[in-house]
Amino acid sequence: MSKPKSAYSIPGKKQKNDTHVIVVWVDNEAGVLARVVGLFSGRGYNIESLAVAEVDPKLNISRITIVTTGTPQVIEQIKLQLGKLVPVHKVADFMRGDKKIIFKEMALLKIVGNNIKRKKAIKFCKKFNPVVLDKTNKSVVIQITALRREIDTIMNDLKKTGLVSVSRTGAVAMTRGAEIFK
Amino acid sequence: MSKLYSGAEIVFKCLEDQDVEYIFGYPGGAVLPIYDELKNHESIKHILVRHEQGAGHAAEGYARSSGKPGVVLVTSGPGATNAVTALTDAYMDSIPLVCISGQVPTHLIGTDAFQECDTTGITRPCTKHNWLVKDVKDLSKIIHKAFEVATTGRPGPVLVDIPKDIQFQKTKYVNSIKTKKLNGKIHNKFNQSEIDQLVKLMINSSRPILYTGGGVINSGPKASELLRELVSLTGFPITSTLQGLGSYPGDDNQFLGMLGMHGTYEANNAMHDCDLMINIGARFDDRITGKIDEFSPKSKKVHIDIDPSSINKNVKVDLPIVGDVSEVMLSVIKTLKKKNPNFASSNKEKTSKWWEKISEWRSVNSLNFINSDKTIKPQHAIQRLYELTKDKDTYITTEVGQHQMWAAQHYKFNKPNRWMTSGGLGTMGYGLPAAVGVQIAHPDKLVVDIAGEASVLMTIQEMSTAVQYNLPIKIFILNNEYMGMVRQWQELLHEKNYSESYTAALPDFVKLAEAYGCVGIRAKTPDELDEKIKEMINVNKPVIFDCLVDKEENCFPMIPSGKPHNQMLLGPNDQEENKITGKGKTLV
Repeated sequence: MSKPKSAYSIPGKKQKNDTHVIVVWVDNEAGVLARVVGLFSGRGYNIESLAVAEVDPKLNISRITIVTTGTPQVIEQIKLQLGKLVPVHKVADFMRGDKKIIFKEMALLKIVGNNIKRKKAIKFCKKFNPVVLDKTNKSVVIQITALRREIDTIMNDLKKTGLVSVSRTGAVAMTRGAEIFK
Repeated sequence: MSKLYSGAEIVFKCLEDQDVEYIFGYPGGAVLPIYDELKNHESIKHILVRHEQGAGHAAEGYARSSGKPGVVLVTSGPGATNAVTALTDAYMDSIPLVCISGQVPTHLIGTDAFQECDTTGITRPCTKHNWLVKDVKDLSKIIHKAFEVATTGRPGPVLVDIPKDIQFQKTKYVNSIKTKKLNGKIHNKFNQSEIDQLVKLMINSSRPILYTGGGVINSGPKASELLRELVSLTGFPITSTLQGLGSYPGDDNQFLGMLGMHGTYEANNAMHDCDLMINIGARFDDRITGKIDEFSPKSKKVHIDIDPSSINKNVKVDLPIVGDVSEVMLSVIKTLKKKNPNFASSNKEKTSKWWEKISEWRSVNSLNFINSDKTIKPQHAIQRLYELTKDKDTYITTEVGQHQMWAAQHYKFNKPNRWMTSGGLGTMGYGLPAAVGVQIAHPDKLVVDIAGEASVLMTIQEMSTAVQYNLPIKIFILNNEYMGMVRQWQELLHEKNYSESYTAALPDFVKLAEAYGCVGIRAKTPDELDEKIKEMINVNKPVIFDCLVDKEENCFPMIPSGKPHNQMLLGPNDQEENKITGKGKTLV
């Protein structure tokens, strides 16, 4: 190791990164998404995917779902820093592997090709609740809902059946059973 | 029907209801309606600065020395961007500021209008929260909320951006000061079992240390009283961060001095070897911890802080207690008194070895320096300043650099709120405008800015403000013609390549003082120093004191980068040894 010529210390031991899903309930006001996203970029945290929409029009509450990776210490910081933002009401954190949580991501897939290819494509998607949203004699648009990794795989499979365009949402999450996160 | 007020009137009604006495500001196109309204509000005095950064730092100095939030008023565009440094400084050091900025009229926002900038966008990462007021009906609510956010929990700066058309529009005024605590943002939720655990750790510890920070100052004067009680009750040694100086008397025997990069040998070694570290309102900053992996390896760590995100951020602790330090200390004192009323005396034997060890470290006398009778040593200058001002309840501000560290090492503070320095952001140019703010808050007190000649030139224009308002601030410049701390790092780390750290064309500070209409004094030799300092103190006008000091003095002791607490560089003697063995090089 070269001699550190810095006014700052050298980085210490690196811990293992985990993937977490962070759910944030915020006031739906101007700039609130910028505050949340700016906190992530400003402090050097990752965002793998992001989904946001208003969920309570009466109370003006939006729900932001962020998939992120980090060491346990970083994940803890993300939660606490988010909690400090004035428009944030509550913050939930789920490990990706958590069995008590449902994660889903939606994708729209456009296939261009002959009938055989299009049929094949729909067959590939069978496991993931395919809905055909648009059909022509050259193309088809399929909607699927699945996990992130499953969509990654299927995109690979569909390359040979004429996949020309993909649009994906970020993951959204919800607890199983009758419980809700307080 | 109740009376209708313009947006500008509402701004002042809010400030009046918040008991604001002073605002620091600078007018401009987008805040003219607010400035027009100023004349109708006698209880609020406006201090006209010479640059918006100065307004921000002056408000910081006001806030830190008075415990009240500082209020800044600036125009749109350059007015707001000039205030950004001060807002960031306040954010890093947890100082309550409310900045009101003008903005171009609503219909011009987004059109790149004259003096338009995305103020809320720019200040988002350097404020606790900010607001762009889009409807005059929200204005009073937002301003009151702004004060609430700035002053509650861990304090910090906020900004309210008011477009010019909103300042003209009329609506009803609602006084919405709430006594209710902020939704979920106040963290004072510690419980008795945590206190019990802490007291147990204290009773079982044989090598304890209290490590206190700016949180004790921010928690109010009562926190400092409680801290003193806690220290005398336990007999524990105590060290303080740069920001915490003054919360415990600097000349007390239980006080080990400041810790950290330029902290004392005894404080840093005690931090390294302790078995119980109780952090009260400090945040394990990288200037404090040195190398994290080797930071205090043998200790149980307790962290008391009002901000939950400060806990486990840099250093993993064994017992976190989230709460206002005053209330936590009060509970600890009560519990300790109940469990063991004679704790200090019964504990004496247990910690006697620890205190012996500490006196050993103390005997190294790490703040020592080789004095000279030919040139003024900067440390000597601070010591003389201290001796000649200590019976006066003096307020000290500083700029950033070597002089700041020497001030922290050699000036002994006995009361909180007497020491204003930019620690987190390290803003050169902080001290002079901060002194303006302090003198506004304490017109009859002695206010000294211990400065370096490089730092002070960054905001020297505020001398004009000091003269305008008859503020007899004293600018005590330790003039070594170098950016001293930069020069020191270059000497130690960059093979004495003094790249751009020498200022070849400095102004004549005495003439500069006279040009501003204040008094200039110069001290060149140690013999005349005392006389000149007395002269400075006795002048009832702003003074620039040009103290010509040794140009090559370095600030020791020092923890070199990437090193733990127990591997400090001591003063010149230690360095000589290191030079011979070549050890000095590997140490840095």
